[in-house]
Amino acid sequence: MIKAPDKPLTSLVNLEQPLSIEGYIEAGGYQGAEKALHHLSRAEVLTLVEDSTLKGRGGAGFPTGMKWKCVPMYEPGDVNAPECKYLVCNADEMEPGTFKDRVLLEGVPHQLIEAMIIAAYTIGAEKAYIFLRGEYHLAARRLQQAIDEAYRSNWLGENIQGTDIHLDLYLHSSAGRYICGEETALINALEGKRANPRAKPPFPQFSGLFGKPTVVNNVETLSNLPHILKHGADWFKGLSPDSDAGTKIYAACGRVKTPGTWELPMGATIREVLYDHGGGMLDGLKLKGLLPGGASTDFLLPEHLDTPMDFASIAKAGSRLGTGGLIVLDDHNCPVSMVLNLLQFFAQESCGWCTPCRDGTPWAVEVLSRIEQGQGSLDDLDTLAKLCDFMWLGKTHCALAPGAVEPLKSALKYFHDDFEQHIEQGCCPYQGGH
Amino acid sequence: MQIINTITPDYRSYLSKEEMAAIEHEASIMETREAAGIEALKVVQKHRGWISDDSLYAIAQMLNMSAAELEGVATFYNLIYRQKVGRYVIHICNSISCHLSGYQQVLQAIKAHLGIDYGQTTADGMFTLLSNACLGGCDKAPVMMIGERHYEYLTPEKAVEILEKIAAGASTENYLSSFLNEGDAAADRENKPRSRDYLDDDDVAGEISEMELSDD
Ligand SMILES: Cc1cc2nc3c(=O)[nH]c(=O)nc-3n(C[C@H](O)[C@H](O)[C@H](O)COP(=O)(O)O)c2cc1C
Ligand code: SF4
Ligand code: FES
Repeated sequence: MIKAPDKPLTSLVNLEQPLSIEGYIEAGGYQGAEKALHHLSRAEVLTLVEDSTLKGRGGAGFPTGMKWKCVPMYEPGDVNAPECKYLVCNADEMEPGTFKDRVLLEGVPHQLIEAMIIAAYTIGAEKAYIFLRGEYHLAARRLQQAIDEAYRSNWLGENIQGTDIHLDLYLHSSAGRYICGEETALINALEGKRANPRAKPPFPQFSGLFGKPTVVNNVETLSNLPHILKHGADWFKGLSPDSDAGTKIYAACGRVKTPGTWELPMGATIREVLYDHGGGMLDGLKLKGLLPGGASTDFLLPEHLDTPMDFASIAKAGSRLGTGGLIVLDDHNCPVSMVLNLLQFFAQESCGWCTPCRDGTPWAVEVLSRIEQGQGSLDDLDTLAKLCDFMWLGKTHCALAPGAVEPLKSALKYFHDDFEQHIEQGCCPYQGGH
Repeated sequence: MQIINTITPDYRSYLSKEEMAAIEHEASIMETREAAGIEALKVVQKHRGWISDDSLYAIAQMLNMSAAELEGVATFYNLIYRQKVGRYVIHICNSISCHLSGYQQVLQAIKAHLGIDYGQTTADGMFTLLSNACLGGCDKAPVMMIGERHYEYLTPEKAVEILEKIAAGASTENYLSSFLNEGDAAADRENKPRSRDYLDDDDVAGEISEMELSDD
């Protein structure tokens, strides 16, 4: 009996040369899928995933079991059954400051394939896609190779491992557009349409890809499944002392000593991630603030360092866990220029569907540029505050614009003095500080 | 509905056999032909460097969709070029981690070296310069992508050196440092500081590494 790993997601990661299917099986791989397909009913797997309390790692933290439970299930021969259901793995990873899925895609592609077999079996999907961002060329080659191996070994295709279960898995590599990561935009992209998000409801679980029931899950979310199947729900919950179960791939970037990714028990504190693993700030620099989970999360301050990085605690501190990747601002980098850079990203990547976002994000960029160049006025700060309100939740078609508001609004709150100094001094006080 | 196009002849006389086979394969694994649109654009771009109007018409015809609809898709994506580009397209990351790590100096050096701005191509048709959203190498910032390769830990000097090597037709393989096989990587780790303990204006982020490795 192999000892249950305490870093299940990354224990088999090898970025130099990922395991072939033989190597992966030798290391205990495909045992989770084997158990699901041969020994458990769909309902039993669903219960197991529900019991594990696994929450989505794509940013929103939605409970995976609950998401799957909405998918309509049919008895064999039911005339109302759709001819197909779909599973889609969201590997678009374009959130600035996020590079965790890349580790799993490049380092252990068979783990994701095994996970998708389990997920597809549970929801009754016979077709699955990996939606990969276009810039991940290395991941594309490795995934395709792993998929080919899985077909050859009958882990994909018809009658998988002697069962009556079929699954076709395809790799779709995109062509660079952040909004494709939003799950309904992703579905439009897969259909070959312009990737504007769809209205919800209907939710994809009822009407998704080509109008059929569809589940979209993040790479990291899915990659937990083989281990939950193998070691059980209690083991998964026991991985973390926290209210959120399992481990999380945390990351840190910015001017820290050893930027990177680390799989830690869910609920590790920001301090542990930034100092114990990220090595702290480069010498001569001080921590000024950070975004805890990618570009579209609110700033937190040094006073928040002991906050556990789980969904509830980060929310309580006023931000979102998001993707769990810290973007660290040092005291020699200008917060106004940081927020300007973030808003430029959102303005460029806005899909243009709804007015508050299409017009609001470039407007914010214009105002922020003015302030950064020392030509702003105090009225500009009111304009920014109003824009934060115009683009907030409920006023836009999807969550991109509210995501853009989060760093902006929190910067206005926490770095107010910096904004005012730009205006009063007529220049960026950080210039030359690089 | 079949689109009758008077400007270009039948797509069969325009697209190569390889292109058509690759597009047909993509169409065969999707529910509808139009769903293969983005893959088809990528196939043709791979062969021809960019998507001309003629290419757009031909693909649209092959996929039974209107050219306007396909244009809507083509122009939606950052990595589909609807204008002629140079032989190598430089995609320099301008997102937040690269911003915090000083990509601006790298960008300035590239612009000065090539004498072009964003969106322009060098007179010899060798390089086009574009920005790119976060390339997913934020822990190795600043980063740029040329072709299928990601170049990481850039400094102004190293970026220029890479461009010179590419222009000279030289391989950039020697940038393969830390991601070879395990033995080499371990040896490499001895030589190279993994952490950045100091802040040096000329060399913000240590060494260039090359994430692309030969998988075979
Ligand atoms: C603008 C935008 C971009 C997104 N990008 C991604 C992404 O790149 N990867 C991802 O997994 N989820 C992304 N999401 C979240 C997805 O919509 C969706 O919630 C997620 O894929 C669900 O997976 P999960 O339940 O496993 O977390 C994005 C959401 C928005 C609004
Ligand atoms: S909020 Fe922005 S990205 Fe989302 S639908 Fe509206 S315009 Fe498009
Ligand atoms: S911000 Fe440049 S690679 Fe992520």
